[in-house]
Amino acid sequence: MCLAVPMKVIEIKNDMAVVESAGLRRDVGIMLLDKVKLDDWVLIHAGFAISKLTKKQARETLAIFNEGQFFG
Amino acid sequence: MEVCGTHTVAIRRFGIQQLLPTGVKLVSGPGCPVCVTPDSYIDEAVALARQGMVITSFGDMLRVPGSRSSLEKERAAGADIRAVYSPLDALQIAANTKKETVFLAVGFETTAPTIAAAALKALEKKIANFSLLTALRLVPPALRALIATDTRLSGFLLPGHVSAIIGKQGYDFLPEQQLPGVISGFTAEDIISSLLMLLEMHNNDIYKVINNYPRVVRDGGNEKSRAVMADVFEPANAEWRGLGFIPGSGLALKPAYAGLDSRRRFAIKTESDPPRHGCRCGDVLRGLIDPPACSLFNKACCPDRPLGPCMVSSEGSCSAWVTYG
Repeated sequence: MCLAVPMKVIEIKNDMAVVESAGLRRDVGIMLLDKVKLDDWVLIHAGFAISKLTKKQARETLAIFNEGQFFG
Repeated sequence: MEVCGTHTVAIRRFGIQQLLPTGVKLVSGPGCPVCVTPDSYIDEAVALARQGMVITSFGDMLRVPGSRSSLEKERAAGADIRAVYSPLDALQIAANTKKETVFLAVGFETTAPTIAAAALKALEKKIANFSLLTALRLVPPALRALIATDTRLSGFLLPGHVSAIIGKQGYDFLPEQQLPGVISGFTAEDIISSLLMLLEMHNNDIYKVINNYPRVVRDGGNEKSRAVMADVFEPANAEWRGLGFIPGSGLALKPAYAGLDSRRRFAIKTESDPPRHGCRCGDVLRGLIDPPACSLFNKACCPDRPLGPCMVSSEGSCSAWVTYG
């Protein structure tokens, strides 16, 4: 239920952003997280960014995700 | 106890329970929102669907049986029931129809802020046909209630993404009760290292909350999410399947947002039946029994024909036991 996926911010429109990961793009809300900037990696849950990750952390998490392990 | 349903699935999927030394037993907790939602909530959603409203929900809820029906059965009978990924998708559905659109607001602290944000968007965009049927639940009050009634628990594997919102301080009551807790991610390595930390604390009488998921969880959690949640919702008494009513363990819309409350907007009449005979989901959720101890397990109740919510949800303990053994 609390599934969340790291995605990269590629466009910001007020309190919404376009995020991208593995070729998938989505509009998400960024009003639940402070100071979201372009190129930030954020954790997406139910259409909203809920946590910020460093690039390294995001890569690690995505690698795990691609191995089919990460489905939190 | 692993609190989170996703941890339950991961533990069984990776076979971690088979690696544990003698004397260490993992029990599943009440951390699957679908599983802890009582029948009466599904009955309310079914009643609204029968009034001709559009019901929007996270997909997990559709197969959960209420007293007499489920949303999946109602959809087969012609009701307008739609699975969505985000509460914003539900809001978009409302914006595109004149019909009353109800979102089934189910989830823990991870999800509650997203629903609060969607509620604020509904007001900002003046989408008047959107409302929330709330059954949001808070993890710490449920853990406190469990600790008060069950003395067998020696530590907690704490839910990763709930903790991303509430932070370490959300579990301050654990050290006070002389219990250790470790916030964990969802890979095999995350879980095994978190269990090791729990055992080391247990063996050395150390009672702390450790954040073993720092790549996602800040120690302080996400203050902004908590602020949005607190703007829209306030704690309320709530019923948990298996645990009963727990004071302050749910979230209700604050009076200022009462206009978004489906229960205030519509007369919802439900008839509730007694609980299904033999289903021991409540005991599973409290960690009192393992799923095979239920006489229905994988016989009358299986993933294809679930009778209880712990078999419906892919994160339910019963489903995880059938799927991964």
